Amino acid sequence: FAGLADVSISEDIPVEGEITVPVGSHSPDEDYSTLDEPVRDTIMRDLKAVGKKFVHVMYPKKSSALLRDWDLWGPLVLCVSLALMLQGGSADSKEDGGPQFAEVFVIIWFGAVVITLNSKLLGGTISFFQSLCVLGYCVLPLTVAMLVCRLVLLAGSGTVSFIIRLIVVVAMFGWSTLASTAFLADSQPPNRKALVVYPIFLFYFVISWMILTFTPQ
Amino acid sequence: TAALVMYLFAEFDDAANLLAANPDATTISIDEPAEITKNQHGRLQEPGREEDDELLGTDDSDKTELLAGQKKSAPFWTFEYYQTFFDVDTYQVLDRIKGSVFPVPGKNFVRLYIRSNPDLYGPFWICATLVFTIAVSGNLSNFFIHLGKPTYHYVPEFRKVSIAATTIYAYAWLVPLALWGFLMWRNSKVMNIVSYSFLEIVCVYGYSLFVYIPTAILWIIPQKVVRWVLVMFSLCLSGSVLVMTFWPAVRDDNRRIALATVGTIVLLHALLAVGCLAYFFDAPELDFPAPIIPAHNGTTVITKSQ
Repeated sequence: FAGLADVSISEDIPVEGEITVPVGSHSPDEDYSTLDEPVRDTIMRDLKAVGKKFVHVMYPKKSSALLRDWDLWGPLVLCVSLALMLQGGSADSKEDGGPQFAEVFVIIWFGAVVITLNSKLLGGTISFFQSLCVLGYCVLPLTVAMLVCRLVLLAGSGTVSFIIRLIVVVAMFGWSTLASTAFLADSQPPNRKALVVYPIFLFYFVISWMILTFTPQ
Repeated sequence: TAALVMYLFAEFDDAANLLAANPDATTISIDEPAEITKNQHGRLQEPGREEDDELLGTDDSDKTELLAGQKKSAPFWTFEYYQTFFDVDTYQVLDRIKGSVFPVPGKNFVRLYIRSNPDLYGPFWICATLVFTIAVSGNLSNFFIHLGKPTYHYVPEFRKVSIAATTIYAYAWLVPLALWGFLMWRNSKVMNIVSYSFLEIVCVYGYSLFVYIPTAILWIIPQKVVRWVLVMFSLCLSGSVLVMTFWPAVRDDNRRIALATVGTIVLLHALLAVGCLAYFFDAPELDFPAPIIPAHNGTTVITKSQ
């Protein structure tokens, strides 16, 4: 370091330059455009995003739409509609009836949170809300199953209707589990995949059980 | 080994000398040098230090102490701290489950399978599975028992899920807490060779509950004899895992206290099984048809003998 002590800048060389960093100006219209657009456009955009995700769940391909642009509107709509459809069961005996609205809600959301925490604790790389989004959206096949079950129960509640309901619920349960596994499996460490998939299996099993055991008054 | 030890001593001496000469020199520290020196220290002390009981003891405890120190190094408010409790692979979980279902006589579950890597995955999800298995099996068994009766209307009995969850999670977490507290208290009075951390006890209890899952499924069979045989069988299996784990921890103690401790462990385990059977599963009908007494208002009353 001794050699550099001799270097000095002579005073007659002017030092000049620009200090300000040019900021790339985004077109100001973009920031304000969503404020000026009609409400219908805003709602339709969100609805289309939710609808696109529904399609992705029903035909699970390796697309990252569910993961990248997560939203929780779809899971909320599905959860509320499933919980509503599970009401109106045999409610004469308050003790032994089906699940209340709040119980279904809590099971779905608390279950999804616990599974997400589980996968993150095991070393998964998916983010918290992405995982919630996938688990919530994959309830869609089971909501469809609930709808079908209620329609079948309108026709009758004998053995035949039970067998139809059983087949539909089992098929949709398999679909839900496979769809969510297809989306979530890649983000898990390879030698722990089964540890992450099993709770998802248990979660959809419990929801399927609630749907299958729904008996109207 | 002596030559290696002298070489390492020399290395440290050199480094110390250099640092003394030039205190401002930049030193690169490889992460966790404290652990390395502690490791060296342990190895250096092993030959010939008989008076230091804490470091020796058994080989296992020496390693366990070091390993435990290395593992839980993250502060408890970070996410990484809790990740250390989920540091298991699929095959490890399956091995531990197998060890709880097929107990090897004489082998300690904790020493054999857990080996200072207690996990919370097993206890938590085995309890969750057990809760839903008991609730679903109980519901199914009641359905089959009462099927065909004209007055029977199927109900999903969803309330019982919350009751099952409270019972099983309380058992799997509070009993280990009490047992751990008790063992710590006895440890302060009597020097025990073997002592377990709280998480290891939770782990043993969690995995020992696994055998109740197929038992609960088989309880759907509406035969009293079958059910009680299943209770005995599963109690033997999971009870033996617990007994073989905790007997070494209390055997140096007063004879009566040791026996009382092990007896309480088995008793609580039995209470759990019998309690679940009694509450969630209705008593099956006896095989011979009970006499039907026509009541005065026209409905038939079937006498049920429990």
